[in-house]
Amino acid sequence: MDFYFVQFLSGLATAATLFLVSSGLTVIFGVTRIVNFAHGSFYMLGAYVAWSLVERWGDTPPGFWGGVLLAAVTVGVLGAVMEVVLLRRLYRSPELFQLLATFGVVLIVQDAASWLWGPEDLLGRRAPLLRGSVEVLGQPFPLYDLMLIVLGPLVLVALLLLFHRTRWGTLVRAATRDREMTAALGVDQAKLFTSVLFLGSALAGLGGALQVPREAVNLHMDMAMVVEAFVVVVVGGMGSLPGAFVASLLIGQLQAFGILVFPQITLVLVFLFMAVVLVLRPYGLFGRPEEGPPAGEAPGPPLRPDGPRAATVSLVLLAALAAVPLVAGDYALIVLTEVVILALLASSLHLLTGLGGLVSFGHAAWFGLGAYGAALLVRDAGAPMLPALAAAPLVAGLGALVAGWFCVRRSGLYFAMLTLAFAQIVWSVTFQWYAVTGGDNGILGVWPADWASSKAVYYELTLLLAGGTLWLLRRAAFAPFGYALRAGRDSALRAEAVGIDVRHRQWMAFTLAGACAGLAGGLYAFAHGSVFPTLMAVPVSVDALVMVLLGGLRTLAGPAAGAALFHGLETEAMRLTDYWRLVLGLVIVVLVLAFPQGVVGFARSLWDRRRGGNGSAAEPVA
Amino acid sequence: MSRLVVRDLARAFGGVQAVDGVSFALGAGELLALIGPNGAGKSTCFNLLNGQLRPDRGSIRLDGRELAGLPPRRIWRLGVGRTFQITATFASMTVRENVQTVLLSRHRCLSGLWRPAASRFRDEAQALLDRVGMGTQAERPCGVLAYGDLKRVELAMALAGDPGLLLMDEPTAGMAPGERQELMALTAALAHDRRMAVLFTEHDMDVVFGYADRILVLDRGRPIAEGAPAAVRADPRVRAVYLGDEA
Repeated sequence: MDFYFVQFLSGLATAATLFLVSSGLTVIFGVTRIVNFAHGSFYMLGAYVAWSLVERWGDTPPGFWGGVLLAAVTVGVLGAVMEVVLLRRLYRSPELFQLLATFGVVLIVQDAASWLWGPEDLLGRRAPLLRGSVEVLGQPFPLYDLMLIVLGPLVLVALLLLFHRTRWGTLVRAATRDREMTAALGVDQAKLFTSVLFLGSALAGLGGALQVPREAVNLHMDMAMVVEAFVVVVVGGMGSLPGAFVASLLIGQLQAFGILVFPQITLVLVFLFMAVVLVLRPYGLFGRPEEGPPAGEAPGPPLRPDGPRAATVSLVLLAALAAVPLVAGDYALIVLTEVVILALLASSLHLLTGLGGLVSFGHAAWFGLGAYGAALLVRDAGAPMLPALAAAPLVAGLGALVAGWFCVRRSGLYFAMLTLAFAQIVWSVTFQWYAVTGGDNGILGVWPADWASSKAVYYELTLLLAGGTLWLLRRAAFAPFGYALRAGRDSALRAEAVGIDVRHRQWMAFTLAGACAGLAGGLYAFAHGSVFPTLMAVPVSVDALVMVLLGGLRTLAGPAAGAALFHGLETEAMRLTDYWRLVLGLVIVVLVLAFPQGVVGFARSLWDRRRGGNGSAAEPVA
Repeated sequence: MSRLVVRDLARAFGGVQAVDGVSFALGAGELLALIGPNGAGKSTCFNLLNGQLRPDRGSIRLDGRELAGLPPRRIWRLGVGRTFQITATFASMTVRENVQTVLLSRHRCLSGLWRPAASRFRDEAQALLDRVGMGTQAERPCGVLAYGDLKRVELAMALAGDPGLLLMDEPTAGMAPGERQELMALTAALAHDRRMAVLFTEHDMDVVFGYADRILVLDRGRPIAEGAPAAVRADPRVRAVYLGDEA
C-alpha cells in the first residue's frame, strides 16, 4: 500500500514536468495555430543552459534557482527570436510549412547543443537543500520531487491568473478563440505572437532546467519530450490549459503504474491511452470542436495529366537512372538505391497527404512493418528474397488497414496524432518484443539472393519495383480513385452530397499508402542487410513528411524530387561535416522561406510564368 | 402527382424547435419557394431533407421511398440533388472534372485505379455544362471562377446526379440582378424538361414571386401559409411576419 502511494507521488512529479512543457506547447498552439516541433528542443536547451549555469553558481540556493530561472528566460528569448526571424514570415503559409520550419529548428538546435556541450550525457548538480529524501509512509521519497509536485499546481494557478486577470492574458484567450476576429479588432498580432512564443518557450525551458538534478542531460531529450507533450496537449484538448494539467496528471500516473502492471508494454501505454481518448472524445478531454485545425492546405491548381512531353521526360529519366551502374561505383549506387526507396516512401505518403489532405506523423510504421515482415520471413521461415519482398507490402498494408480504420475517423491534427500513436505502438512492440524482433539489436543477415547480390543488380531491381509502383500510384491519382480522394479533400460537404463515402475512400488510401511504404521498407531491408526499430521511429516519419513538403504537395513528381533532394543533402552533409543536422536544418529553413510551394511547385510556377499562361491550360511539366 | 411528400417534419436544437411540424408536397416540374424571416428554419429544413441533419420525427418520401434518417450520400443516390448557400465545389479540379466526378460517383466507378478519369463521361459532362451555360469554361479550375459561375457549376453537378428533387439553398445569392433572372429561368426550364421537383429558399422576393409555382412561409419553425404567390402575398399572417405589424 505504502509502496503504491510513493509510486503515486512519483507519478505526480513526472506530471509536473510534463505539465510545464505541455502548457507552453498548448498556449503556443492555441494562439498561433503552429504545431511547434521545436518545443522539445527548447526543453532540451533549458536543461543544457541550466546545467552550465548550475555548474558554475549552483552550490548555493540563490545560485541554483537563479540559474534555473535564467535558463528559462534565456530559452524564452530564443523562442521569441524564432518567432521574429522565422515563424512570422510563415503565418500565411500552409500550416504544414510552419511545421516543416520548426522541424528545421529541431535539427539546428540538435547540432548546436552537440557543438556547445558535446555528445556525452551530462550529470548535473543536485539542488542545494533538496538533496535528501523524506520518509513517506515509511518509504524514502526525494525532497526535490516533492518540490516539483507542489510546483505544478502553482504554475497552473499562476498561468490562469495571468490569462484571466491581465489585459495581455485576455488578448491571448481571445486570439485562441478566434484569431481572425482578434486581428480584425486591431490587436497587434506580431507583438502578441512574439510574447506568446516567449512565454511558451520559457515554460519548456523551465521544465528542462528543473530536470537537471533528476536525470542526465542528453541530446535525445528533445524528441522524447515533444512527442509526450503533444500527447498531453491532444488528450487535454488543443489550447486548453486545464486540459493539459489533467492530461499530465493522467499520463504521469499511467507511466508510474503502467510499469508495475504491464512492464512489457510500458512504451505503448501512453499512446494506447491517447488513441482511446481520441476515439471516445474526438477533441480531447477539454477541447472544443473549432479548435481542431485543418492540417491540410488550400487546394492548388488542378493536377495535369501526362502530356506526350512529360511522358518522354519520365522515360528519358528512367533510362538515365537505369544506365547509372555503367558509370557509377558501389558507393554511388548504394546512395542512389536509397534515394529510389525513399522516393517510393515519400510518394506513398503523398497519396495520403497531397491527394487526401491527411497529414500522417506515423508513416514510418508501415515502412518499418514492411522491412520487419520481410526480415522475419527470411530469418524464421528461410524465405527467399522475392517472396519476402512480396510479403512486405501485404504485412504493411494489413497493418495500415487496421490502423486506418481508426485514424480516418478524425481529421486534421487529430488524425496526425492518431497516426503517430499507431506508429509509436508498432515501434514499441518491435522495440520491446525482444524474443521475436531482437529489440534494438535488430535483425541481421537479411541479404539479397545470390543473383541480386551485386550493388548494380539490386539497384536495378529496386528501380524496377519502386519505379513500377510509382507509375501505379500515378495512374491511381488520375483514375477515379484519385478524383474521389481529392474531392473529399477539397470539400467533404460536397463529396458526401454527391454520394462519395469520404471516410471509406480515405481508409482505402491509407491502406494503399501503407502497402506501398511497406514495399519500400522491404527493399530497404535487403539493401542494408538488416533492420532496426529506428526504421519505424518518429524521425523517419518526419523525414518522409519533409521530403513530401520539400518537393511540394501539389505535384505528383514533387515527393520523388523531395526525396532525392533531402537524401542527397543529408548524405553530402554527413560526408563533409559532423554537423550535418545543422546544415540540413538551415537548408530546410531557407527552402521553406524561399519556396513556400515546394521545389517542384516553384519550378512549375516559374515555367508557367515564362510561358505567359496562368497555369490552367499550360503544357504539363511534371 | 406528387414526387416529394413531407409529413410533420420536426427538429429541435437544445430547447429551440428549429423546425416544427412542417408538411408539404411537391410535384414533378414544380418550383416551391421556402421563405421566412431569418431563423425561420429554412436551412434546417434543407439540411433535414438532404440528410445532413436527422429529423426528430416526421417522414420524407421521394417517389414513395422514405429518406428520413438516411445519410446524405444515400439520399443523393435516391435522387436528391443540392446546391449550397455557400458554394461547395472541388476547387482543385477543372469545371468539367467536377461534373465528371459526380457522374463517376453516380455510375459507381470511383474505385477505379487504372483508367484515367479525364476521359470518362466527358461528353455527358460537357453537355450538362453547355446546358447551364458553362460549356466554354469547362477547362478552367473551379478555384478561380466568379461566384455566379460557381453557382452554375453547382447546378450542373446537381443535375449530373439526375435528381428527382433539386434543393437550392439561396441559388441566386451574390449574383447580379440579370444573372438571377437568367439562372431562375434556366432552373424553371430544367424542372419542366426533366420532370424534376425543385425546392428553393431565397431572400430576393422578385425571384420568389417571379419563379415559384407555390410558396411555403415558415416562421419560427412552423408553416404559417402555403399557396400560389398571389394568395401568399395577400395573406395577413405573412404580412405580419414580414412587415412586423403584429395582429
